[in-house]
Amino acid sequence: MSVIFDPARWRPAAFLPERDTRDSALVFVVAVLCFMACLTALGVIAADRAARGWSDQLSGEMTVIVRPKANETPDSAAGRAAETLAGVPGVAEARALEREKAEALIAPWLGDVADLADLPVPRLVAVTLSRETPATAEALERALRTRGLDAVVDDHTTWLADIQRGAAIARWLGIGVFLLISAAAAAVVAFATRAGLAARREVVELLHLTGAEDAFIARLFQARFARMAAGAGLVGAAAAAALGAGLRLAGGGQGLTPVLPVAWSDLLAVLPCPLAAALVAAVAARLTAANLIRELA
Amino acid sequence: MSRNPYAADATDADDAVVRFDDVSMRYGRAPETLRDLTFSLPQGSFHFVTGPSGAGKTSLLKLIYLAAQPSKGLLHLFGQNVAQAPLDVRPFLRRRIGVVFQEFRLLDHMSAFDNAAVPLRIAGAKPDSYRQDVAELLTWVGLKDRMHALPPTLAGGEKQRLAIARAVVGRPDILLADEPTGNVDHEMGLRILRLFLELNRLGTTVLIATHDQDLVARSGKPILHLEDGRLVHMGPVPQGFGG
Repeated sequence: MSVIFDPARWRPAAFLPERDTRDSALVFVVAVLCFMACLTALGVIAADRAARGWSDQLSGEMTVIVRPKANETPDSAAGRAAETLAGVPGVAEARALEREKAEALIAPWLGDVADLADLPVPRLVAVTLSRETPATAEALERALRTRGLDAVVDDHTTWLADIQRGAAIARWLGIGVFLLISAAAAAVVAFATRAGLAARREVVELLHLTGAEDAFIARLFQARFARMAAGAGLVGAAAAAALGAGLRLAGGGQGLTPVLPVAWSDLLAVLPCPLAAALVAAVAARLTAANLIRELA
Repeated sequence: MSRNPYAADATDADDAVVRFDDVSMRYGRAPETLRDLTFSLPQGSFHFVTGPSGAGKTSLLKLIYLAAQPSKGLLHLFGQNVAQAPLDVRPFLRRRIGVVFQEFRLLDHMSAFDNAAVPLRIAGAKPDSYRQDVAELLTWVGLKDRMHALPPTLAGGEKQRLAIARAVVGRPDILLADEPTGNVDHEMGLRILRLFLELNRLGTTVLIATHDQDLVARSGKPILHLEDGRLVHMGPVPQGFGG
């Protein structure tokens, strides 16, 4: 017996090579696609949160335009209206805006030439509604009429519809991009897995002709490529989570920008990625192995 | 050419491990590679498949080790009609057949020992039950000091003997070899022939496809001679063969 090789200490080698240089490209591609898919998922979650924020902000507020009557000043009319509205159920806060703020709001429409002091600028009351049971515009108008106030309630309906439509478009656009990238990632994982398996055709052929059952061969490749894709998915997901954490840290409590606010809990969204990549690769490997065996048969 | 004494209609089918009944074979839509073959191989027999290049020698072996299917006719292995054998039975039929491929088909990432043990592992044997047998077999084929070596580091003759070891390690009922002496010198060719004769003596049915007419003549074993996909002679080597 050879002094170098001792059968008593021999352990069977794997039917597939432990390391294969051809796998590097596959791992890289899968990792990059998983990274992009995770990043898109984080973007979609942040966009959804931003859209909800815009919507909530507008639907949670109303503006009341108060026109003073002949026997009272604009400031007292606005004060009376704020006091009235504060007592309406479903109103969290009603605050009369100062004349300067009201003038600042209409200044862009009138330009510098106008002497605003001579104009009968209506006073505004900013109303913040309670989150649980917000008051309706009709309730506010009714309360103002009861107190004999000449006022118009703007519930931002015109703006709100546009904002909500825009937010919905942004949300569905994000989900669409996420699904597209996820599908592309899955397709590339499947394609790369098939390519990797086709490159090992000689192993499939030998095992097949030596009497290995189809399921035995399929399991070998399934396990191998699932492990590889899971590892690559883990790298991609970790990179996306690190980038998300960086954006969160860089942006403080609001995230990088109020437009795409990232929360810490959002980072959990990347967790299923390695498992999903492994599943796709496993299915692709099993189907490809079955096809190869069918061709051989 | 003599009358075919091994023709299926002239042989006891129960004794045949391989039986061809009017078998033809083609690749895809190409013309038939094998045509109307009818013969049988009795258990424990030893035959060479001879013929010029393209005569169909490799295709004939492929049919027997179930890498191809007949386009016509009936092929029986171990008394079983292969066409009617369920797909999940075929792996078990293959395990009864050892094949020495022309291009060896060794797994480059596995040691010579691992390569030789492949059929046993596929059959589900535990390493403890066969490691000593594999070592002895490799010693028998002259690879005692090369058990740890990877195939790319083996010489042509060593690869050939390793491929033979792998083919016989599972004690197959049939041993098929495709040009087993094509890559070795004359001396090694004779050693390999002695190895096959020894296996045959132990009861294995042997079928060897070869161009080596000198080897055939030396063995004194019968031949199946193919020309253009047809079996034109089956039986003892005719006078002047190889000369």
